[in-house]
Amino acid sequence: MNEFVAFSLTPLLIGCLAAVACALPGNFLVLRRQALIGDAISHVVLPGIVLAFLITGTISTWPMLLGSAGAALLAVAMIEGIRRFGNIEPGAAMGVTFTTLFAAGVLLLEQSDTSGVHLDVEHALFGNLESLIWLDATDWSSLVDPVALAGMPPELGRIAIVTLAMIIGLAIFWRPLAISTFDEGFAGTLGLPVRSIGLGLVIASAIAAVAAFDAVGSIIVIAMFICPPAAARLMTNRLGIQVLWSVVFALTSAIVGYFLAGYGPLWLGSEHAVSAAGMIATVSGVILMIAALAGPARR
Amino acid sequence: MFFEALTFQLGYNATLVTLGALLLGLASGVTGTFLFLRKRALVSDAISHATLPGVALAFIFMTLVGIDGRNLPGLLIGSALSAFLGLLCVQFLTRRTRLSEDAAIGAVLSVFFSIGVVLLTVIQTMSTGRQAGLESFLLGSTAGMLRADAILIAVGGAIVVTLVMVFRRPMTLVAFDPGFAETSGVNLNRVDLIMMALVLGVTVVGLKIVGLILIVALLIIPPVTARFWTDRADWVVLGAGAFGGLAAWVGAAISASAPDVPTGPIIVLVSFAMFAASMLLAPSRGLLSTYLRHRRFQTGVHVRQGLLSLAQGQPIYEPFTLRLLQREGLARADGVPTDDGKARAARAYRDEKRWEIARATPELELAAARYDGLTQIEDVLTTDQIADLDARIGGPEVVA
Repeated sequence: MNEFVAFSLTPLLIGCLAAVACALPGNFLVLRRQALIGDAISHVVLPGIVLAFLITGTISTWPMLLGSAGAALLAVAMIEGIRRFGNIEPGAAMGVTFTTLFAAGVLLLEQSDTSGVHLDVEHALFGNLESLIWLDATDWSSLVDPVALAGMPPELGRIAIVTLAMIIGLAIFWRPLAISTFDEGFAGTLGLPVRSIGLGLVIASAIAAVAAFDAVGSIIVIAMFICPPAAARLMTNRLGIQVLWSVVFALTSAIVGYFLAGYGPLWLGSEHAVSAAGMIATVSGVILMIAALAGPARR
Repeated sequence: MFFEALTFQLGYNATLVTLGALLLGLASGVTGTFLFLRKRALVSDAISHATLPGVALAFIFMTLVGIDGRNLPGLLIGSALSAFLGLLCVQFLTRRTRLSEDAAIGAVLSVFFSIGVVLLTVIQTMSTGRQAGLESFLLGSTAGMLRADAILIAVGGAIVVTLVMVFRRPMTLVAFDPGFAETSGVNLNRVDLIMMALVLGVTVVGLKIVGLILIVALLIIPPVTARFWTDRADWVVLGAGAFGGLAAWVGAAISASAPDVPTGPIIVLVSFAMFAASMLLAPSRGLLSTYLRHRRFQTGVHVRQGLLSLAQGQPIYEPFTLRLLQREGLARADGVPTDDGKARAARAYRDEKRWEIARATPELELAAARYDGLTQIEDVLTTDQIADLDARIGGPEVVA
């Protein structure tokens, strides 16, 4: 059990928090038919991180967060610009933007000397959830031991703050978000700043993506933006209940996925664990498939 | 070195790779056009990500059976199968549930990709001591490509281009007006299936060169680039093929001549450079020409309104109008018209008056609809008609 606290507790918590942080804004993205914004953002985070690394020369948190948030904003601006000024449909505008920025990120990464640090494309895609262990923990009592708590992986604190911010933001802006999502015209006549709400949602998604990306890589980010909310959408017609379902699905994916990745291969007789990030996303896909086949509101 | 690569003088294998890339770019640009015109560009994103589990499973299967797991044809067959499964999932989620296509695409691409990642970690533990090198399918790598592989890619690209040319007509029809296509006897589902099969073909062929994350760019960017230059579907197809082929050719040549430059990203960036240039410079749809057109219109309206004010002896308060009139030598800085200005003002006023009468005349309704405050009435009506109008205006008025 003490091993659990040291090796599994923090990655599990980080996985759960990241899943929830992405699933919450994901609900509105799915309803607004902007689900692929999450996909685009998680691709463009790479050049932001690489650029931040090239400028500062270290892998430290704040420059990376700033760099990736900047890249996300740049991507949103590029998509809007191509769509508006080039008169190109949004899907294609998105495709042009995120592939280009991702390619630029890969090229920067390959050209710069990153051999001394842990920064590569695979890491960016798959994350390193398994390595976020808490070596200072001896057993459950470490949770109240300030010395051991100080040794917790910093990703946990960051993702916890972001998740909390998502929950609070959702509670505060619930009504305007819901109204403008379902009936933009009506929201406009009520005097709601429809465009700012839309942009705010995208920025919130970018923050969630960046914080989660830092810990778990971009696959979980994309999967959690879309799969739990999409599955929840097939369960109910009520927005509040849908959001609750999506949180339940996100948590289930994170917990089941983490344990399947860590212990599943052991049951099958292999001694090596498989990618936890990949498994969490896979479980969310299975949940979506079940919901698509049997969800009460699937049509 | 770069020039040698560009002109196919860098050895047999580099030539094959460059040629293969060129054909791939051509095929993907041409195929992507129909996807883009059908407004389903991002379906290709789901297809390309969905290839990963197939590649991994094919590797595992071939290793278990006892052949070399890196056998390219085997890996490509596996990738095609799983990409097809992914496509079916997108179709199922879009048609049988209330989810919109973008959610279906996002779900399929992330889930299939993550299944692939899980399988990759399985492979890492399975073939300990031997690097499977499947990661090269993520971003593409032409280094160490076998001659047979390059030939396979070139032949695959050529087949796709041929098929697109064969099915060009029905696909254009469906892309522009699915409803009309269906009523005129085209089987919508079958054409969509052919289109997706071609996209799948391009994706599979492109896996080795540009990798599964960036193949989408080759399907999307060249058609969007070509769209800036023309409004005709046939020309967009040709243009997209040309832009795609050019980007892949130049990109592959750069990558072959410079070490450490991965092929996929450089092809995408070359492609984007062409896109950006087109968006800026293309005639009629480009940003520059749009701006110039807007500017010309603005100038025309300001000068015309200024002249009308001069003709009626009204002062001009708008500084921009005054500046324009001054620049053309029609008025002085204090707003007093020059002789030239007086003549032009009188002409503009007469034109406006003729339009006014014409718009009040039911017989001239069609011609009068072209009034926009800039068109000269001489461009719309005959001399006889204008003489008729002048007769109804009556005697000349004194211009101040």
